[in-house]
Formats: sequence, C-alpha cells, structure tokens
Amino acid sequence: MALFDRFAPLMHAHDAIKAAGTDPFGVRMDRVLSPTEAIIKGRRTLLAGTNNYLGLTFDPGCIAAARSAMESFGTGTTGSSIANGSYGGHRALERALAEFYGRAHGMVFSTGYQANLGIISTVAGPKDYLIIDADCHASIYDACKLSSATIIRSRHNDPADLDRRLQRLADQPGNKVIVTEGIYSMLGDQAPIAEIAEVKRRHGAYLVVDEAHSLGVLGETGRGLAQAAGVEADVDFVVGTFSKSLGAVGGFCVSDNPDFEVLRIVCRPYMFTASLPPSVIASVRAALETVATRPDLRHRLWRNIGTLYDALERRGFLLGPQKGPVVGIRLPSPEMAIHAWQALLDAGVYVNLALPPATPSGEPLLRCSVCAAHTTEQLRHMVDVLTDVAYDTGLLEAPARAAAG
Amino acid sequence: MSKDFPVTSVRHAAFEEVARLLQPFRRHETPITRDTDITADLDLDSLAVMNLLMQVEEKFDISIPLNLIPEIRTVGDLVQVIEQLTEGA
Repeated sequence: MALFDRFAPLMHAHDAIKAAGTDPFGVRMDRVLSPTEAIIKGRRTLLAGTNNYLGLTFDPGCIAAARSAMESFGTGTTGSSIANGSYGGHRALERALAEFYGRAHGMVFSTGYQANLGIISTVAGPKDYLIIDADCHASIYDACKLSSATIIRSRHNDPADLDRRLQRLADQPGNKVIVTEGIYSMLGDQAPIAEIAEVKRRHGAYLVVDEAHSLGVLGETGRGLAQAAGVEADVDFVVGTFSKSLGAVGGFCVSDNPDFEVLRIVCRPYMFTASLPPSVIASVRAALETVATRPDLRHRLWRNIGTLYDALERRGFLLGPQKGPVVGIRLPSPEMAIHAWQALLDAGVYVNLALPPATPSGEPLLRCSVCAAHTTEQLRHMVDVLTDVAYDTGLLEAPARAAAG
Repeated sequence: MSKDFPVTSVRHAAFEEVARLLQPFRRHETPITRDTDITADLDLDSLAVMNLLMQVEEKFDISIPLNLIPEIRTVGDLVQVIEQLTEGA
C-alpha cells in the first residue's frame, strides 16, 4: 500500500477537474500589474478573486516603508519572537494594533492561520469548552485539534442554537469560549454579533471574534463587525490577519485581558516559528495607518460592493445573503462551477472556485471579491462576462430563449 | 429530558432515531443495524455526517463534542455516545 493511497478519491477528483483545462488550484500569476490586474497564461486578467479589499498591495507608502525596512534591517529575522525575532518595528506594530482597537495588549503572529491556531488553542484548557460556529475557517477547526478543550460545534449564525448549547453546559465548571467570525470567507455573510454577544453575557462566556475579512471593511474606523454592531466591549479577543485589507501577510490578536502577556510564553504557534520579516512589519504598519486615516478607501469599497452585488442580483444570479467584500455566486453543481470558472479565466476574469466540502452547505461557489481599486468599468465588464458565461453554461437562461419560451 | 427517561428506552429510542435519520443514505435494501459503518456502508460524505450529528443533537437535546467523533464509526458507536450524553444530562 502506497503512502498516499488514502487520498485516492481526492486525487481522482482533482484529475477530473484538471482535465477540464487549467487546474483551479494551481493558477500561476506570471506578473501582477496592479491590485486588480495580472498576467495569467499570457493574458491580461481582471482580478476578482483575492482578499485585497482596499487595494493596498501596491500602495506607494507601504512599498516605500517595506523597502526602507528591508535595507535597514535585512530580509528576515531568522528567529522566534521570544528569542532574536522581535525588532523595534514588531513591538511598534503591536502597540499600533492595540491603539487602533483601543485595547491594552497586542500580539503579532507570522500568519493569520497561526493567530487563530495560537489564540484559540491556548485560551481554553483541558476542563474548558470551545463553542465554534459550524462554518468557521479551517484555521479555527485546526486550532480546536491543537487544543485540549472540549469542542462543540454550533449551527452557523444561529444564536438560539448557541444559547441551547451553553445552557446544556450551565452546570459544568469549565470556562466557555465562543468563537465566531466577522464576515465569513465563502458567502460573505456576517455573524449576528449583537445577538451572540447577548447570549455570551447571559452565560458568562468568553468571546473570540476573527475579524479577518472585516478589518478595514466594517465599522466607523474600520475595526470590523463588532465595532459596526457596537458590541466591542463584549469581545474578549479580536483575532485578525494582515493578508487581506492590509495587503501583506501575518496575523494578530488584541485584548484587554489583564494576563494577556502570558501568551507569549505559552502559545506554541507564536513561540515556535520565525517572526515576520521587517519589510512585512513595516508595510503593515503603513497599511494600518492608511486604514485609520483614509476612510475614503472603505467608502469606495462599499460603493463597488453595491455596484457588483446589485448588478449580479439584477441579472438573476443566486448570491450570498448579505452584501460584503466577498460576493459568493451559488451554483447547482460542481461540474457547472468548474466549467464556468474555466470559461471566466479564458475570458480574462479570475475569481475563486470553491468546491464542497470547503463551502457551506455543500454548494459549489464562484467566490468573487471586491476591491476599492476596482473601477466601475472593470466591475461592469466583469458582470457582462459572468452573464455571458452563465448563459453558455446554462446557469442563467438567456433572454432570447426566455422570450421564445 | 433524560432524567425521566429509563435508560433502556433511551437506548432503544436512540437506535430507532439514528436508523430513521440514516434511511435516505442506505445503499440498496441493506438494513441498518448497530454494526453498520456510517461512512463505509452508507452514502454519506463528511458534510452529511456533520449535518446528521446536528439533527441527532437537536433530537436528544445534547451536544456531541467534536473530540468524540473519531471514535464514532458504527451506528452502535453513535448510539452509545447518545446514551452516555443523555445519561450525563
């Protein structure tokens, strides 16, 4: 028996997908021209499947800061944050994040994945309970595997189900920690955070919110969903990432917990990995400053979201339930999704293909993302290309045929 | 609920309910027994298993910790977990 025989069904499925043309999980961008355009297979392609919500990847201030830091501090730290890997910039970014969120403490991780892995696996111990939303990201599920706590899965965005699960645990002495996301990454729907906060308060639980997709997108100053809903005081730990609206890579956690600093010497995904390169730290500091001082980027993003979502809805596409920087187009079958994805790429539009089981409710999705840097013309073009592809694949009925029928 | 429920009837109810929920996933006419392997003998993928567990949780007013799922292979294993959690309630 070969080492990877257990993956045989997956390998066959992947081979079948690849046979349709380009491998959707192996797309290579040969050149990136801007936050919204790249060269893929020799063709100028509109990027509408990223997480570059504010378009800061080519921001001149972020690039200048990164370049200067690299020249002054070198290409990498070659060590852990608790050994030789914490430079002045790392600490300054942690202070800047804490200040941005109005919190006492901040901690930077090397990826958003590790931020979730580290915080969620460490906040709950062997006698405690982690109650996670069923649609949480893989990093949260993996954090649960690393944790010694009892893991309970609650129905997606269902505060009544959460309430019942906490009620069942009412007589158990351990701490209960609820984990939710601000905006969910596949359909773009938001957590009913005010209701979740109310349940949390009533049961004396703790609350961790992953604002990965909502930082820079929601809230009066861009702090995310909890700020938008006015329940920041109920959130005990905010986790987030630098790889979406901040245009780089890395993760963070901010909190007012008085013992927060102990995490630096107990949180393994923080301790046993090299810290971020100084150039990344510098570009993220500049990007965070931009989020704080340029609300116009957020406003432009929301205008673009409205343009894309409304146009797609008018054309008859079945979308996620809420407007947001992620617009998920629901498709009836994986075959149609793969075919449509391929046709879009051939027509010069890149979106993400999301197939079950990595999607909610087993539905295949074309995951489109909106960027503040998209022009109205780009978005209109995208809607036209999507509509043509939808007619060709039979996802939407072409008007001529509808009239004839 | 389970406090007023004799253990034997919980056990019987658990098996009956699980068997009922699994009916749509039967292959051919093979009956569902305690030895039925939930993923190998039935047409359930991992997502369907998670949905099944949610239904079981609602029916019996329990939460099945994800930590227990690697130990649940057969219908009998699931029934046993339901029994444990309803007895402990």
